[in-house]
Amino acid sequence: MLPEIVAQNTSPSLSVPWWKVVYNFSPLTEWIDKSLHNAMTPFWTTVTEMLIIGVLILLFYALVGLFLVYAERKVCAFMQNRLGPNRVGPFGIFQTIADLFKLLFKELVPIKNADGFLFNLAPYIVIIASFMAIAAIPFAKGLHAIDLNIGVLYVIAVSAMGVIGVLLAGWSSNNKYSLIGAMRSGAQIVSYELSVGLALITIVIMAGSMQLSVIVEAQRDGWFIFKGHIPAFIAFIVFLISSTAETNRGPFDLAEAESELTAGYHTEYSGIKFAFFFLAEYINMFIVSSIAATVFLGGWMPFHVSHWEGFNHIMDFIPPFIWYIGKTFFVIFMMMWFKWTFPRLRIDQLLTLEWKYLLPINLVNVLVMAFIVLMGWHF
Amino acid sequence: MEEKEIIPVPDEQQEYVINMGPQHPSTHGVLRLLVSLKGEMVKNIQPHVGYIHSGIEKMCESMTYTQIIHLTDRMDYISAHINNEAVCLNVEKALEVDIPDRVKVIRTIMSELTRLQSHQLWWACFGMDLGGLTCFFYGLRDREKILDIFEETCGGRMIVSYNCPGGLMYDIHPNFQKRVKDFIKYFRKILPEYDQLLTGNVIFHERTKGIGKLTKEDAISFGVTGPTGRASGFSCDIRKHEPYSAYDRVQFKEILFTEGDTFHRYVARIEEMWESMNIIEQLIDNIPEGQFAVKMKPVIKLPEGEYYQRVETARGELGVFVISDGNKNPFRVKFRSPNFSNLSVLNHIAKGFKIADLVAIGGSLDLIIPDIDR
Amino acid sequence: MDKIQLGEFIKSIARDVEIKEGKQYLEVTVTPSILYQLARQLREKEETHFDYLFCLTGVDYGVDLGVIYHLRSTIYDHVVVLKTRTSDRGNPLLDSVADIWQTADFHEREVYDLLGIKFNNHPDLRRLFLDNSWGFPLRKDYVDDINIVTK
Repeated sequence: MLPEIVAQNTSPSLSVPWWKVVYNFSPLTEWIDKSLHNAMTPFWTTVTEMLIIGVLILLFYALVGLFLVYAERKVCAFMQNRLGPNRVGPFGIFQTIADLFKLLFKELVPIKNADGFLFNLAPYIVIIASFMAIAAIPFAKGLHAIDLNIGVLYVIAVSAMGVIGVLLAGWSSNNKYSLIGAMRSGAQIVSYELSVGLALITIVIMAGSMQLSVIVEAQRDGWFIFKGHIPAFIAFIVFLISSTAETNRGPFDLAEAESELTAGYHTEYSGIKFAFFFLAEYINMFIVSSIAATVFLGGWMPFHVSHWEGFNHIMDFIPPFIWYIGKTFFVIFMMMWFKWTFPRLRIDQLLTLEWKYLLPINLVNVLVMAFIVLMGWHF
Repeated sequence: MEEKEIIPVPDEQQEYVINMGPQHPSTHGVLRLLVSLKGEMVKNIQPHVGYIHSGIEKMCESMTYTQIIHLTDRMDYISAHINNEAVCLNVEKALEVDIPDRVKVIRTIMSELTRLQSHQLWWACFGMDLGGLTCFFYGLRDREKILDIFEETCGGRMIVSYNCPGGLMYDIHPNFQKRVKDFIKYFRKILPEYDQLLTGNVIFHERTKGIGKLTKEDAISFGVTGPTGRASGFSCDIRKHEPYSAYDRVQFKEILFTEGDTFHRYVARIEEMWESMNIIEQLIDNIPEGQFAVKMKPVIKLPEGEYYQRVETARGELGVFVISDGNKNPFRVKFRSPNFSNLSVLNHIAKGFKIADLVAIGGSLDLIIPDIDR
Repeated sequence: MDKIQLGEFIKSIARDVEIKEGKQYLEVTVTPSILYQLARQLREKEETHFDYLFCLTGVDYGVDLGVIYHLRSTIYDHVVVLKTRTSDRGNPLLDSVADIWQTADFHEREVYDLLGIKFNNHPDLRRLFLDNSWGFPLRKDYVDDINIVTK
């Protein structure tokens, strides 16, 4: 009898049927945690868990990056009456992988009189910043690497770090176009960071917490964009505009405005170093879209309407991860739509838009939201 | 380590000078602009041209008039047909050849189609200069249809070489009239789409209104012609002032604005597309029967004298000035190209604006570099 | 004004002009010394108002070097052709009209570049297309064995 008991203790089984995991990942993660604890000391357990999460995020990062590049090309082609990539694999889905290999094999052109150390450092800073931000995003119920109690603040802070890499890239590549691009990018991100923060604070006031899991949980009976009346909607629009600007995407792609500055801050980069900037841009887009989806559109929370039990039940059948991905890609699609429709702004117009319009609107919006929350007028 | 001596730099040398071009996405060719900046502000622009100077005027001096036509294609390659026509008209004028009506009408239709496709390409590139990349594909999609019509009738797509002294190389394709009519019907529906995509856009308005203002006096003084000049109120449409081919028998409006900013240069071209379609519609059903070319002598010798022919290309006034000494080769040929004069105004109007505006202004001038360099 | 009136008017404001009614336009040949004065008067006089210089051509006549100015009035729509020539091939020097018509700035640079005619008082007389070591290709005595196939 004894060996059987030992066996039960050392390998705890999943508390739910395996197919139910897609609705709630916590049993799975708990099971992994327990299994590891049984096998090794707490220190090594933590190390192993960190490693697993690191590898998983890195994998996810690469996959999302590849897919987003493909998606962008398809969306762009759709907007422009084209087919887009259609040669490598069915519907060209392996096109980005082929591109990745191309970029890997490309020569890394050394730049004369460039600051070599900073020049090489810049792409890593950009990519690490986006990598760090991804850790705090709740992907599905129970699928959340770190649930910081200041999650919103952390994501804003970390994603803004990327600008250092952009500035370094522009400065160190010893190219006049790059420098102009970097300076533009600096001015732009510093400005738009304010709007991003204030738009999120509007919702934080409603949720009463900065913890992303709490924010998601608070949207069980309706997403914040619907619950928060008009202020929440305004905040969503402002967030959409300013996050597009923060990720240096069109129509705010002044930092790399190809018709003006050839390629802006990454003019001198080639091969995989360029790919890092390229990838980071897409991941940043993914991150801000995730934040928009999490904070405004309920994250992984299915679409619920209070008191419609039957309807809510049907919605619950769709796994949370699908909800999350669907919402995120909806926002990403919006951003791509902007990029391929609008002409680019000029630098002074960009700053005017932020400081004269978005920021005042946002400040008033925060007050209005605070008032609504105080009076308890929200749903 | 040796200490470097610090040499004080005078103020004018402290400018941030960037080289836009010869390879730059927004110069549409090998134009090099030496731009002095103060921050984002443009202080001075020095155009450096000549990267594709091919000495067309010199080559003309050792070529016959029939050969010259094919050189003019390569000047302003976007309105190649109109360039051809200018040389042919000049030769025909000098020889006092009477050209059949059929030729005149076909030339006019082809010229207007050329103008349409040129403006389509310009619209596509202008949108791209401003960052709206989708415009490029919209413009090229429709331009392709005109090029297909050209291909069917002329054999060539862009560089058509359809004219010869005394008429046309060959008659129009039997499908020509039907296809042109189909195209006009199609493009009348599509052109409002251009407005929806770009003209009505608030960012576009912000980017172009009041930018790069050119007064009428300056336009005349700088010799800025074409839609660019007409947006400033300079009535310079050769089709109205010195009608050639069949322009005297069609009704059309000369598009004139007084504002002279980038936005109105843009609108002038969009309006011109409508006018071009009107002209084509008036002529396409009334192509007279007759010969497509007059028999000319195999060796064309122009009588001694000076001949000047002006035509309205898509970008402005093209002048072909031929001095003949009675030989089969011209003594001197001068092409007064519209882009050459239009480029000269760039520094005047773009000074004091931002880099992004410089790109917008440059795009609105619609420069074709081989025409400047010749 | 038509060609005859224009011719008489020009005769009244300038001496030493040779007026010829060309096939197309009125052609006025002047000496280089009075060219600038005449050009300025044609531009400023209310009756003529030649405000648009639509073509400026440099010509090598074999012996002489000349410049031809095509002027048009945007108000009256009449055209006149000014011609001038100099026989000094070594150092041909004419007066610039760049301060009367700004378009002349580029056109004169082109003429200088291709024919080597220098212009007094030109704001920025540099070569336009070719580099400084190049000859003047539009001159009839220009020989380039390498690049140009002579007939």
